[in-house]
Amino acid sequence: MPLTLYDKLWNEHLVQTDDTNESLIYIDRHYLHEVTSPQAFEGLRHKNLKPWRLDANIATPDHNVPTDRGNEFDAASIKDEVAKIQVVELDKNCNSFGIHQFDITSNKQGIVHVIGPELGYTLPGMTIVCGDSHTSTHGAFGCLAMGIGTSEVEHVLATQCLKITKLKNMQVNFNGIPQRGVTSKDIVLHLIKLIGTAGGTGHAIEFSGSYISSLSMESRMTICNMAIEAGAKVGLIEVDSTTLDYVKHHSNLSDSMFHQASEYWKTLKSDLDANFDKTINIDVSEIKPQITWGTSPEMTIDFDANIPTQEDVDEASHENLLLAKTYMGLDDSKTLQDLSFDRVFIGSCTNSRIEDLRDAASVINGKQVSEDITEAIVVPGSGMVKAQAEAEGLDKIFINAGFLWRDPGCSMCLGMNPDQLQPYERCASTSNRNFEGRQGNLGRTHLMSPLMAALTAINGKIIDPLS
Amino acid sequence: MTNPIITGIVATFDRDNIDTDQIIPTEYLKSIKKFGFGDFLFDGWRYLDEGRLDMVSDERSKNHEFILNKEPYTNSEILLTRDNFGCGSSREHAVWALRDFGFKAVIASSFGDIFYNNCFKNSVLPIILTKDEINHLFEICSSSPTNFEIDLMKKNIMFDDESSYSFDVKESLLDRIVNNLDDVDITLKHKNHIEAFEQTRRTQRPWLFDYSN
Repeated sequence: MPLTLYDKLWNEHLVQTDDTNESLIYIDRHYLHEVTSPQAFEGLRHKNLKPWRLDANIATPDHNVPTDRGNEFDAASIKDEVAKIQVVELDKNCNSFGIHQFDITSNKQGIVHVIGPELGYTLPGMTIVCGDSHTSTHGAFGCLAMGIGTSEVEHVLATQCLKITKLKNMQVNFNGIPQRGVTSKDIVLHLIKLIGTAGGTGHAIEFSGSYISSLSMESRMTICNMAIEAGAKVGLIEVDSTTLDYVKHHSNLSDSMFHQASEYWKTLKSDLDANFDKTINIDVSEIKPQITWGTSPEMTIDFDANIPTQEDVDEASHENLLLAKTYMGLDDSKTLQDLSFDRVFIGSCTNSRIEDLRDAASVINGKQVSEDITEAIVVPGSGMVKAQAEAEGLDKIFINAGFLWRDPGCSMCLGMNPDQLQPYERCASTSNRNFEGRQGNLGRTHLMSPLMAALTAINGKIIDPLS
Repeated sequence: MTNPIITGIVATFDRDNIDTDQIIPTEYLKSIKKFGFGDFLFDGWRYLDEGRLDMVSDERSKNHEFILNKEPYTNSEILLTRDNFGCGSSREHAVWALRDFGFKAVIASSFGDIFYNNCFKNSVLPIILTKDEINHLFEICSSSPTNFEIDLMKKNIMFDDESSYSFDVKESLLDRIVNNLDDVDITLKHKNHIEAFEQTRRTQRPWLFDYSN
């Protein structure tokens, strides 16, 4: 029987199955961070258990670390006492259980979904889990990767397995060549607009088509990262030469081991006539830059389109539309281009890789951040990305234009560290969620690409990237 | 064994896509404990001031329009909502907050996948009904405070003396709630299986075990 990539990965890791209920799936890689792990370690202690396989685990603090750390900063330097406890707790847990951690002082620390691939811990064909929904990112490498809750973090630590039910298969084919100024972020936001935030619920989405094949690993990660915003906890892309090139450069495998592994990795694609429960075809050449107007990632429109009114949606959605418009303060605005922005955030596990920073820097052209913008920050996803960007002189471009150049972390993607919006501030953000309060109490988030966010910083407003 | 009958007041949230950031804002994820989140459930809607972990509910400025601040809904045990409840972040704290507040069941037309899984680890039952059934239940609850009775064994929801809707849920998941089972204990019964699987994998895919930190 022809199989999808997801089917193959599932079968490869199946320890035990009970077809009607749940199966035990073996986990190859487990990433940990400070926020969703303390209760899991506590559970291990309570049961007097040790981690099943130490070398499968990699940890780093990212969610609540400040991003203006500078030199000689350590966990004890964190001013927020509650956040400090969590980072210190991760240090303690990793030390006492023997888990490898890139701690807050490491030059390789960063957002867990950025450091995993770039340090070569993410390898094709792996099952990868983390107590973070954006674990879908690693699906870009032909991995079965998904976010899990803290009870499951404890379960994976203790048993190296996850107890889950099999998902359905969904395929999204992206074909065509995108217009200038349109990035992978726009493509995935367009998909979420089309199928909604529950469109992929219960499914693993495989992204395919000529557009996907043409993308770098960084762009592929952006797309898989936001599969969860389309409701799918698993997003994945087949292995090809782009994948293998990336892995060759980033992993520590010996040549012979890499060669042996490659033979298997090359089989990580759906069979030609594999059956998908749902298939969607999208021509990317018609897609414009996408920006969210509301409080859910599906509330997305073309950058120059009218913000929806009650006439544009069915009656059942009136209430949702009204609540979102009120929260976002859109009562008097017809289009997104009418809005004035207060803050700009370039970063997050969606868009903080080197390619994203190059994209953003490319549109600055010696111009200055608009006087209307209170603060524009660029937060590289990891110490490695930061060093690379500095080697390329990107930091100078941002700093000279008036952006703040920060240290790695999740930063303003979520209001957990000092980088937060003030009430009613409007932010152009390259992150992944525009939920109410996500970037700070009563803050207003508009999701967009790094390119559009940088242009918004310069102009104080959303403009046509081709103008 | 957990009482297989849940009887309680229904709080209605007439809204799609209630994400886990609304159920419990990130600020409270700084806790390293597994309990004590009930006062912060739906924090952004429930209070007028901005909250912190060290704040006490009674001393905060409440939004009296919000359903969980009105009697008798302060004692709600069943939550009725629309589509895609619990989407977004994987934070199990969302379920911990619902549980700590006193919710024992959530009824919706669909759930976020990760949230749905997390519920069963914490004795909160997520129930999926059709959109038509959900519409009907909203009508029933619209005029005055309403009690439902949920029978975990019969898998049905009684909403008045005679009428009920049945629901589907995997036996093994339900079993976890009814018998308070712990996943780790169950899985470790298959320790030998896992070890054998791992040993084969070590031979067939050696690069997965070859990594030097």
